[in-house]
This record gives sequence, structure tokens and C-alpha cells, in this order.
Amino acid sequence: MNHDACETCPAHASLEQMGLKVDRFDRVVALAGNPNTGKSTLFNALTGLRQHTGNWPGKTVTRAEGGFEFRSVRYKLVDLPGSYSLLSASQDEEIARDFLLFGQPDCTVVVVDASALERNLNLVLQVLEITDAVVVAVNLMDEARRKGLEVDVRSLARDLGVPAVPMVARTGEGLSALLEAVDGITSGAIATRPRRVEGTPEFRRAVSELVPMIEAVAPAVPNPRWIAIRLLDGDARVEQALLSGQLADLVARQRGPAARFSRKIALEGAQ
Amino acid sequence: METSQTWPLPAVPSAGPGPEPAPAEAIVQRAAALRSAQAASFRDEAVRSLYAEAETVARRAVRRSGAAGHDLDQRIDRLVTSPALGLPLMLLILATIFWLTITGANYPSAALASLFFTVEDYAAGLFTRFGAPWWLTGFVWHGVFRGLGWVVSVMLPPMAIFFPLFTILEDLGYLPRVAFNLDFLFRRAGAHGKQALTMAMGFGCNAAGVIATRVIDSPREKLIAILTNNFVPCNGRFPTLIMLATLFVAAQFPPVFASLAAAGSIVGIVLVGVAFTLLVSWALSRTLLKGEASAFTLELPPYRRPSMGRIVYTSLIDRTMFVLWRAVLTAVPAGAVIWILANIPWGDGNLAWAIAQALNPLGHAIGLDGVILLAYIIAIPANEIVVPTMLMVYMGVGVMTELESLADLRTLLVDGHGWTMLTAVNLMLFSLLHNPCATTIITIYKETLSARWTALGALMPLAIAFLVTFLTATTARVLGLV
Repeated sequence: MNHDACETCPAHASLEQMGLKVDRFDRVVALAGNPNTGKSTLFNALTGLRQHTGNWPGKTVTRAEGGFEFRSVRYKLVDLPGSYSLLSASQDEEIARDFLLFGQPDCTVVVVDASALERNLNLVLQVLEITDAVVVAVNLMDEARRKGLEVDVRSLARDLGVPAVPMVARTGEGLSALLEAVDGITSGAIATRPRRVEGTPEFRRAVSELVPMIEAVAPAVPNPRWIAIRLLDGDARVEQALLSGQLADLVARQRGPAARFSRKIALEGAQ
Repeated sequence: METSQTWPLPAVPSAGPGPEPAPAEAIVQRAAALRSAQAASFRDEAVRSLYAEAETVARRAVRRSGAAGHDLDQRIDRLVTSPALGLPLMLLILATIFWLTITGANYPSAALASLFFTVEDYAAGLFTRFGAPWWLTGFVWHGVFRGLGWVVSVMLPPMAIFFPLFTILEDLGYLPRVAFNLDFLFRRAGAHGKQALTMAMGFGCNAAGVIATRVIDSPREKLIAILTNNFVPCNGRFPTLIMLATLFVAAQFPPVFASLAAAGSIVGIVLVGVAFTLLVSWALSRTLLKGEASAFTLELPPYRRPSMGRIVYTSLIDRTMFVLWRAVLTAVPAGAVIWILANIPWGDGNLAWAIAQALNPLGHAIGLDGVILLAYIIAIPANEIVVPTMLMVYMGVGVMTELESLADLRTLLVDGHGWTMLTAVNLMLFSLLHNPCATTIITIYKETLSARWTALGALMPLAIAFLVTFLTATTARVLGLV
């Protein structure tokens, strides 16, 4: 790939911003990541929308959707609220978790803050537990450099088993490399070997016993493994969702028409 | 408990004899059994291994090279979040923003107002010349168009200054520092520290502030944040406050200090709002919503240089134009309603006047008058049009004063309608505390899905507004201040 000045020019990468036109799309890409890592900035850069961004964690509390086209493939991009973990319970984090688990995006881009990599990796590892189709966008490379940190993105990609792309979403640096990776993942050209936290042998046995049971009862649920782990952990909410049948509703809801970017509720972007 | 009618496939029929547990229950039971078979510490183990993995991967990928360049951030933070200077600095920043807004908005507001009045006169004259019936001229130009003119000239200039300044602070990363500084107060009130963030969003728009409460994980603290968000003035109410501060408070001071005094009084009103937020949060967490404040971690993001293009777009297009458009949409029908009310004969005068008269005793009790209350009722859909509505009623019902500029406003209110300092102060207080606008009420319902909490969110502030203004009015009268 050529690293000339055009690298930062989205037009060069045959990216076409489609704004709100998401009625026809070929692939779905989710944007996840810790709060305040630049997900909405990346979302805006790709879709040409102006989802309100702000320098504070918790800016995005709903799911926003936009479209873009890259190499004649139409993508629907879903900007999710920031979350530190898939296990936590605040409503905005739940919105993110539910979509990642049950919305079945064709690719999940986890945006991480290059200057606070270790903390951000917790979420990356958790996302790798539930899906193979992951690209790690190592954003805020400029801030990391300013802090005197050098991030070896190749080592990161090797260790995680998925593509990792260095970026500065604010300036568009790395945008085309990210799109290449997303294209590769969604088309199947890039195969991943996600690093998984394995656990003890008993634990693995317990998980593999529960998974088929869950599949039998709730075949529409895309992530029986995650459900099994949560059940083993004694997560009362997941138990409740399974017993009451909400799990199925949840899956259906993720595929339904989502809350779209609109200016309906005043200033702060999405509702 | 609801059972499995919503399953994607019908549950496996229990063929076997005896009461077999439903498949979902069987899974949960099996999971519980497997869980107890695990080593007791397996949960901690799982979390620990996750952290360990993250650390390993990060250590291999990140190399610290040379001197860290983020000393400046830390030095600024030590100042901005220091126990001694944090709060005073915050107030100083707030006061500066209001001062810039008031000083900067003065002239353009006046210019816009006189422009609109000129157009109104000219167009009404044209209508009359070409033989349009009086009611059409009146309805279109003195009703609808005047409503529009008021809204634009009173609201546009302050917003066009206030919003960019607010957005710059937001982009710099100052808001989380505000939350950090205020955390101890909210914790003492039994509320969540992140309520400071949702409160800050309320300055932009209370409906947005209510949505922002999703960042609070405890339902109890989230409800507190929703119910009290109304106590910070949204941008729709700032023009009201700014106008009153300029016309009444500033006029008490020599011109040199006038805008400073006006800015100071708005900071004062904001502080009253924050005090009520804390007070009501405290009261709620001891009565209806009992509980302790939960702990949370708040990240202080690095300071980032705001990008000017985006600031201009966000603050002028997304915020200013959006709010203005909404105000225009509500002001136009309000202007029409007022014109109609003011032109339906009723008794000696007209209907608007009659309604205002009927409301007068209640208005007087809280230091306001019937016209102001009527304006508040008409303006329920959007707080931003209270002042224009009020002025239109005054002008429609009293002597038909033609306002040439904003400077005539004070004369109209004080000489024409007996306004005093008490009226101005109580109107500011009432505007600060009264019920949220219709959009916010709808948003509260959407977030809580409860008619009862929504009703409380709408009626409690209204009751507090009446109570507080009644107390100040009574006190002022007993002390003989008015």
C-alpha cells in the first residue's frame, strides 16, 4: 500500500460517504470501543454525517447508523455507545453489548485509544470471545506519540490474531487501511485467529456442555457460547432473559429498524 | 413469570412422564450445578486472566520512547480540579461566557429587532394600501410575523455566541473536570457523580440532558438525575434570563459595570439552579428514591484542541439553527393564537385581557401578573418563546405601543405594566424552576416508561416554582422592598 499524501484522502480510497442512506446495504459494520476513543469521529469520517462528537466519555448514548460505499460494496455502519466491558449494566453499555452479541454485524471495528492500550484491550479481548470478524482500529496515534508512546501495531495484530490498523480518525490518517481491513474481513479474504482467554479445563467442559442445550432451546441466538459463560457466572439478568424469552426478543430487535440518526431530540446528535 | 410463548421455536414438548422442567429452566439449573462444581475462585480467575492477557499483549506492543509530553495536561488538571481553585475557576469561566454573550449580543439583538419592526410596518402598510382586510394584515404581520421577529431578535444573537463558547469547552474536555469538581456535592446529595455531566448537558437542552442520564447505571440515581435535570436553565430559557438581567439588573448599575452585573446575576441564577438540583436530589434520595450513592470511575480525557470547523458546524447549525427553528415553529402559532385572543372582544376589552385578568390574583401572589402566566401557558410547548409571547400579550392588550427598539422594552414593562425588581427576579426564578417544556416531558416518559414518574417530573418543578416565588414575593412585600 502506498503511503503518500493521498493516504489521508478518503476520496482516493474509493470511499463514498452515503450519509443516512442505509436502506440498501450489503454488509453491516459495528463500531465499538471504550468511551471517548473517537468512535463518533470515525463514524462521521466514513459516513459524511455529523453525529455530534465531544471530548467526554458518554457522549453517544444511542446507536446511530449511517452508510458508506467502498469498492462498490454498500456498508451500514452502526456507531455504538462507548463501553469498558461487555459485562456491565448501564443502559448505554447494554445498547452496545446487545448489538454486538445479537445484531450479528459482518465486522466489528473495535476502536482503541493508542495512549491507553492496556485498559482498552480488555474490551477487545471480550469482543474476540464472541466473534471472529474483528478489526482493531488503533486510534489517537498522534496523542500516543505526544505522550512518548510507540505502539507496535504489527505485534498487536499478531498477538490478537486480527488485523490492527494505526489511525488518527480526526485527520483521516489510516482510514483507507481500515477500509481495506474491513473489506478483507467481510469478504472473507482475511482469515482471523482471534486470541481467546481459555480458562481451566473444567470450565471449558462446562461451556461445551451448555452450548448445545442453549442452541436447542434458542436456535436464533447467535452467541450461545457467551450465554453459556454468563450462565456459569451466575448472571441473573441473562438467566432472566433466557427464562422469560426476552433473549429472542432481543435478537429480533437488533435486526429491526434501528434508532436512526436524527435531529429529533435537540442538540446532542442521536436519538 | 412469563413463560416461553415468545421463543423462536416452540419448546420441545415434554414427552416424558412427570413434570419435567421447561428446557430453559433445565439449562439454568444445569448451569448452577456446573458452577458449583467449579473451583470457588473461577470467577475471579476469569477476570484476572482477562486483565493478565491485556497486560501481556499491551506490554509487547507499547514502547515508551523519550520523555513523556503530557506534563502540561497534568499541570492544567492539577489547577482545574484542585480542591481550592477548581470551583472558583469554574464560576469564573461560566461568568466570562455569560459576559461575552451579553455584551456581544446587545447590539445585534437591537439591530435585528428594529429591522423586523421596520419590515413589519412597511409590509403592513403595503397590505393596507392594496386593500387587504384589517384582520388579514393584523394576523399575518402583527401576529405571526411579529412573533417570529421577537424570537429571532431575542434568541439568535445570544445563542450564536453562547453555543460556540460552550462547544469549545466541551471539545477541550472541560466537562468531565466539572463533573469531577462537583462529584463530592452530588455524592453528599445521595446522587450519582455523573449527574454533573447530565446536568451540564441540560444547559444545552433539558431533553438532551434527560437522554444523557443513560450513562448512569443505577436506576435509582438515573431517576434522580432525570427528575432534577429541569433545574438547570436550558438554552431556551437563557435568552429570557439574559434579557431580564440586561433590562433590570444591569440598569441598576453604572454603564461600565452593567454587563458585568448582568453576567453576575445569571451566574447567580445558575447557582440557584444547581443548588435546587442538589437539594431536590438530596430530598428524593431520602424519601421516594432511598439509597446510597454508588461509586463510579470517571475518565479525565486528555485536553484536545477543538477543531474550529466542527465547532462552527456543531454550535451554529446543529444547536443554534436547530433551536431557533424549533422556536420559530412554536412562535408562529403562538403569535397567531395571541393575535386572535387579543382581537376577540370580551366584556370591555378582549379575550386575552380577560384571561390575564382572571389569572392576575394568582400571578400577584407570586410576584408576577396574569399576562406572564398566560404567556407561560401558551408557551408550554417550548420555553424559548415565553418572553416574546409575554411582550405580544402586553402590546396586544395594553396601549398599542410600537416598540422601536429593545430600549423601549423597559419603559413598556416598568411604566406601562408596573414591573418592579421583584417581577424581574421572580420571573427569572420562575423561568428557572417551572415545569419542563413539552419535548422534555415526552423524553422523560420515553426514558422512564412510567406515567407516574413523568407526572412527578413535570409537576414537582412547577410546585417548587410556585412555592419559591410565593416566598420571595411575600418576603419582599413584608419587608417593604416593593
